[in-house]
Amino acid sequence: MQQSLTQRLANPTRFMELSAAMLPWVAAAAAVVIAYGLYLSFFVAPPDYLQGETARIMFIHVPCAWLSMAVYALIAMSSFGLLVFRHPLADVSAKTAVPLGAAFTFLALVTGSLWGRPTWGTYWVWDARLTSVLILFFLYLGLMALRSSIEEEQLASKLTAILALVGIVMLPIIKFSVNFGNTLHQPASVIRAGGPTIDTALLTPLLVMAVGFTLMFVAMHLKAMRNEILRRRVKALQIAEVERAQAAQLAAAE
Amino acid sequence: MDLGLDLGPHASFIWSSYAVVTVVVGVLIAWLIVDGREQERRLSELAARGVKRRSQR
Repeated sequence: MQQSLTQRLANPTRFMELSAAMLPWVAAAAAVVIAYGLYLSFFVAPPDYLQGETARIMFIHVPCAWLSMAVYALIAMSSFGLLVFRHPLADVSAKTAVPLGAAFTFLALVTGSLWGRPTWGTYWVWDARLTSVLILFFLYLGLMALRSSIEEEQLASKLTAILALVGIVMLPIIKFSVNFGNTLHQPASVIRAGGPTIDTALLTPLLVMAVGFTLMFVAMHLKAMRNEILRRRVKALQIAEVERAQAAQLAAAE
Repeated sequence: MDLGLDLGPHASFIWSSYAVVTVVVGVLIAWLIVDGREQERRLSELAARGVKRRSQR
């Protein structure tokens, strides 16, 4: 029977073979696209008519902000895959995406703050958008803390997956946070009903950088998953070595 | 750092943003590479002691 792509990838050994072949190409594509995006961002894109040169921060802030949410969605899907389908690689995917998602959320917060100071006159306000993204960052930290606080790996995986699925409620809250309550943050200008309101001269570099950052995340995630599979193999072999030594001691004592 | 670009009175905010992203991404990439090498080294040590996966025996 023909196996689906998911079923074929479910085998860690096959994943290691496929990811080894894919990783250099994805990483190279990310580097090329980001380099082109930086060229567009600094040498082609004009200053914004209202914000001037500071709008160039958008070209890194927005991809990081999009990734902060997209990576969380990936973690939630992987967690679902672990809890429902017991997909062998789902937990590896979820576990390794968490620190990457936390890093991109941190970058979205920091670059947003650095953009906010010259634009709004303040680094931070406790409004719905900024606060909900900060909560998402703490959620990422919570996922890491929960997993590392439980020694038994299977239990840690399940509990972390449950928390990740509960936490998905943050994504619509962040997305629609600019539509309710008072906020300094601008409303959606790219992903919105009716199409983007941002000018093509600024939209093109933004989309190129978003594609570049997404490719970079894919490369990082593939590498992190490969590392995690190797870590689990090391652990399994170390346990087997100890068990073998204990069996040999028992045999010698008898 | 200006690369010949005039980014106006708020240039420091722009450069700081790009610098923070560069540093964090650089640290992530370095961590992934170092971690990968460490796991490969541990596997090699185990293999040298004769502890191998069933598929490698």
